[in-house]
Amino acid sequence: MSAPPGTVTAPAAATTAGAVRLAHRRPLRIGRVSLLLRPRGLAVTVTGLALLLLLTALHLRLGDIPMSLSEVVAAVLGGGTGGARLVIMELRLPRALTGALVGAALGVSGAITQAIARNPLAGPDILGVTSGASLAVVAATVAGGAAYGGAGGVLAAIGIPAAALAGGLAGALLVYGLAWRRGLDGYRLVLVGVGVVAVFTNLKYWLLTVGDVNDATRAMVWISGSLNARGMEHVVPTALALAMVLPATLLGTRTLAVLRLGDDTVRGLGVRIDLARGSLLLCAVLLASAATAAAGPIAFVALAAPQIALRLAGVAQPPLVVSAVAGAVLVTGADLAARTLTPVELPVGIVTAVLGAPYLIYLLVRTRRARGAI
Amino acid sequence: MRLQAVDVKLGYGDRLIVDGLDLGIETGTVTTIIGPNGCGKSTLLRALGRLLKPLSGHVLLDGRHIHRMPSREVAKILGVLPQAPAAPEGLTVADLVARGRHPHQAWYRQWSAGDEAAVEDALRMTGLLDLAERPLDELSGGQRQRAWISMALAQGTDLLLLDEPTTFLDLAHQIDVLQLVSRLRDEAGRTVVMVLHDLNLAARHSDRLIAMRDGRVVAAGTPHEVMTEPVLDEVFDLEAKVIPDPVTATPLVVPIAIRPRPTETSTPR
Repeated sequence: MSAPPGTVTAPAAATTAGAVRLAHRRPLRIGRVSLLLRPRGLAVTVTGLALLLLLTALHLRLGDIPMSLSEVVAAVLGGGTGGARLVIMELRLPRALTGALVGAALGVSGAITQAIARNPLAGPDILGVTSGASLAVVAATVAGGAAYGGAGGVLAAIGIPAAALAGGLAGALLVYGLAWRRGLDGYRLVLVGVGVVAVFTNLKYWLLTVGDVNDATRAMVWISGSLNARGMEHVVPTALALAMVLPATLLGTRTLAVLRLGDDTVRGLGVRIDLARGSLLLCAVLLASAATAAAGPIAFVALAAPQIALRLAGVAQPPLVVSAVAGAVLVTGADLAARTLTPVELPVGIVTAVLGAPYLIYLLVRTRRARGAI
Repeated sequence: MRLQAVDVKLGYGDRLIVDGLDLGIETGTVTTIIGPNGCGKSTLLRALGRLLKPLSGHVLLDGRHIHRMPSREVAKILGVLPQAPAAPEGLTVADLVARGRHPHQAWYRQWSAGDEAAVEDALRMTGLLDLAERPLDELSGGQRQRAWISMALAQGTDLLLLDEPTTFLDLAHQIDVLQLVSRLRDEAGRTVVMVLHDLNLAARHSDRLIAMRDGRVVAAGTPHEVMTEPVLDEVFDLEAKVIPDPVTATPLVVPIAIRPRPTETSTPR
């Protein structure tokens, strides 16, 4: 059934230059396997990792006892003086690793949330994770105040992250349950999320008001998001969470790309939309909960990292791997600043909040101009 | 007939929109559903495209219950273009059209030679090759609509369901889109079902028409069979004269006036 020549001329398809036009997609094809490589995304990732390495090295060198690079290298490789090994391996390295891992988890979590909510202003905060975790930690600290003071480090080291994890998951479950109405609507999710966050936040302040002053102060440090005194007991769970959830998330990359289209379009492309959205959101919640359990709620990283990543990578939606690297660099850089730039060490969450506020305003203004990101 | 509806009841929640409807789509034809706003055209199209599960009855695709088939398998046979689809900010034409290949891809098969060829063909057929790297937000309404159709084409399905593909387009762009639909049938042997509002364009560009009102089929058949003065009266309450189109000899509707119905209580929506 071919038409006679000449009757059919597509307006602009005069040439056969199609292959050239699609040239920025460079697949690696081996037999039936084909992988899409994005040179720019790859370059950004490599540059970001180099920057991360640099910041980590600075992290290990700077502090109350400055170290030379050779001392740092020696200590990391298992040599050096006992004192240097203690400072680097027991204090600075776990802190730096926790920061990088938490940043990576927050970056990926934010990328997923923004893609699913179809909104650059969405983040795991909107899913109730951070506020749920904060509320749980404040509740645990205030309720168990005297006990913590007496029981000391062990209970605090395990109890606080456990409370954070449970609170984060419960918060997300509540938001998801309330937003679900024969399916999930991104707009509805954001609205319900904002409401739940407001309730949690106010409950948290109420608890801080009624609680003991010492407990409240201790809880305040945690809910600002701090990497102070983080050890391997923080590194390992966060690393495990990333190792388990990240591969699953990466498998969902293509689906995530499609989920940004309208619901009917997504269904028409053969995606089981509720299943896909639910499982990807679960990944986002797990990552954010793990990150919050390890470091408290570090503001703005999950919001900013994906947006920075997509601009650097030059793509239309937050790329997962680049978002992870951007998040890691952000947290590591902010913690370095928190440790070294001010006379008194600040919680890292304060630095990211100070950096993040202007960025959030910029995003709001830009979104208003671009018309309807929601 | 590859696509059929058998005694389907359709609705949202408690609201029943289509109450028991039978329908068959002739393979290799362009079928257009017409009817007043709220008559259930889009609802029916959504059910045919597996976007809406019937309350009862079933939709058959190649003789199988469409809602019991794996989503991905359906998406390789049947493509759907929803009404006024929304595109994320910053997406280029090529990005969008490439999304159409989703049902054919997997994590280890991200961009096969087949994908590339299908996207290129789809872009060429819709005349968008030169605009492939342009962001969608920079295109005109007509170009954007062509990009969406191009995505549905890249999906490589034998059947295509288009919900009001000409809405928001000026007349020239409407004709452009409908000529493309005719070419899809003639050159690629596709079966197209669409919803249109313009009766004369529907009559001219369709092999079969289905006229609906209040969730039921009033008339179905060739444009000559359906586009008659009594049917127009019954479907739209429209007093009209139907004359042969001087160019194509298909029925041409000349509206005269809306006839108030004595028995009418309220316009169902």
